[in-house]
Amino acid sequence: MGDLFSAVLDVGTTESAYTAAARFAVVLAFAAVGEWVAERAGTLNISVEAMILAGAFGAALGYHATGSVVLGLVGGMLAGGAVASVQAQMSHRLTADQFVVGLTLNILVLGIVGFLDSEWKLSTRTASIVEVPFLVDIPLVGPALFGQPWPFYLIYLITPLFAWLVLRTRWGLEVRSVGENPQAADVSGIDVNRRRRQSIYLGGLSAGLGGGYLLLGQVGRFDPGIVAGRGFIALVAVIFGGWTLRGAIFGCLLFGSVLSFRLTLPGLGYDLNNEMLSSLPSLVTIAAMALFAHAVRQPEALARPFIRGLK
Amino acid sequence: MSLAVGSGRGTGGRVVEVVTIYVVCGMAALVFSGLIVEAVGSDWTDVGKALLNGSVLKPGRWGGTIGVTIPLAMVAIGTIISTKANLVNIGQEGQLLVGAATATYVGSRISAPGPIVVVLILLAGVLGGALWSGIAGGLRYWRKVPEVLTTLLLVAVASNLVGYGLKNPWLLLDPEAKLGNRNMVSRQLPLDTRMPRITLWGNEISISAFLAVALILLVGWMLSRTIWGFRLTVVGQNRRVATRFGISESAHGMIAMFASGGFAGLAGAFMLTGGDFANYRLVPGFSVNIGWVGLLVALVANNRAMAVIPMAFVFASLRTGSGFLASTGIERRVTDVVQGLIVLALLLPPAIMFIRERRRALASARSRV
Repeated sequence: MGDLFSAVLDVGTTESAYTAAARFAVVLAFAAVGEWVAERAGTLNISVEAMILAGAFGAALGYHATGSVVLGLVGGMLAGGAVASVQAQMSHRLTADQFVVGLTLNILVLGIVGFLDSEWKLSTRTASIVEVPFLVDIPLVGPALFGQPWPFYLIYLITPLFAWLVLRTRWGLEVRSVGENPQAADVSGIDVNRRRRQSIYLGGLSAGLGGGYLLLGQVGRFDPGIVAGRGFIALVAVIFGGWTLRGAIFGCLLFGSVLSFRLTLPGLGYDLNNEMLSSLPSLVTIAAMALFAHAVRQPEALARPFIRGLK
Repeated sequence: MSLAVGSGRGTGGRVVEVVTIYVVCGMAALVFSGLIVEAVGSDWTDVGKALLNGSVLKPGRWGGTIGVTIPLAMVAIGTIISTKANLVNIGQEGQLLVGAATATYVGSRISAPGPIVVVLILLAGVLGGALWSGIAGGLRYWRKVPEVLTTLLLVAVASNLVGYGLKNPWLLLDPEAKLGNRNMVSRQLPLDTRMPRITLWGNEISISAFLAVALILLVGWMLSRTIWGFRLTVVGQNRRVATRFGISESAHGMIAMFASGGFAGLAGAFMLTGGDFANYRLVPGFSVNIGWVGLLVALVANNRAMAVIPMAFVFASLRTGSGFLASTGIERRVTDVVQGLIVLALLLPPAIMFIRERRRALASARSRV
């Protein structure tokens, strides 16, 4: 236990540890802000994993075709949006079960992407690092938050944008009402399933952007195993955060740090149990849900399909 | 898509409509798969032939396909039980792994006459899987934590747990095993603790196939013909009715959850003792997606026990058939695509039918007003 304490202390005073944690956390955050919108509208969207993967592949394709990082990211967003449209149409226009569709999409997208990747060799590289002047000189966290490849900074735009959309606009109020009480929303003239589809599209776009950032900002070369469960962890972060955006971002930072420990701890000379670290996000979330499930209120209609006239 | 539904009101017309929709969706999935194959410059007829040869047609191949069918069917039948009680268990992959791990532990520790050990291995598999889904079930009924999330989260935990076990000799690791650079393996099951294999028309199959069929028939009968199955249905359909009739929701839900995980664990034990996977050893990634695919089998079987066997066989054929794809110069991952498309194609028709019938009912109601 003392060992763990000194390890945490060491990590807390190492600049590179913060950078590694931020790199993990930001991909989770891109996915989680979109997932947050979808869940507030009542969809427990487990195809977010597929959306990130499609986003990464779309970005690789876009970059390979045009040689521009911007268009690569656009390609990522489009690919994420394409997955989202299948999920949205099947679960909220037709009445297929959202988990079933999500699971199928996770497998299908992995198959398509893995297959196409082995047939087409896509050449990509990582985007250049842009340092924000002055801010990057902040001790410890400066390089982690302001010395990253430039697509990283999009998260500073997206998070407030989504918060404003969901919490401060009429559209957002409708989205939230659809997630809380779809019957009431329906009676007051809101097209419930339309709002839900739109929220999934938003989720797909931002998860696709996250995938694009993962590829063009960090990894640099596409591989079908590139996402490695990050989508599920992002989903978990939203739940862990009690369906608030603040909590979700906090969850991303927490889980991002935990994931990064696998890389940073051996470098600092600590030998922690790798399996334990990998399962920590899941275990922490299960424990948190078991402890706080009564205290935290989830969107009332979460994961419940809306069919007019049927409860 | 506009279908001729002039006679849609009658039963005959309805059957025609359903069949048409299924055929159209199935064809769409196949055409789309064919297009993907053509897009990378291969011939789709070659690919189809290779898949058929590899899974069924070539001598000795369908035995292997049955070997894959068994665990898929076991996972699927377990899923059907939990779905009956309106529980969403999507963690079969983890339950299967834990079941396989406990089965391996028992198999490598107990020294007794062979047949007894085999039975103990299977029981250990069931227990391991049931324990893993039981965690989710317990949290569901005790703390109201959604079982969808916990079952999913426990998959990652299970694979890490098994990875940890395979690193430590006091759990699962075989210290003597030196298989090249793969040294994270368990001890191989001794000869007399393996499931006996019989040869049928040149195909070797493990006798767990017969056990599996018997279990599927048993579960199908129990769900549709016994009081227990009826109570499970009531709990799943309407829990207020269940409460009024004195049917305990938590007791039945827990049993369904245990059974669901138990079958996934049994699938793991069958994989271990059957010999069609990993050569009687537990290795990292032992579950090779059987849990996920088994879940899909249950979905496309539309939760009917009898449909599980053919559906599991189709999905198993895609897996074993992919072994023959190398000769056509196409990646074997294409079968993952085909598999996903088939599932989507089979999900669509019930949804389309639901919408169409609703629309029709609304239209006739409007004409009456």
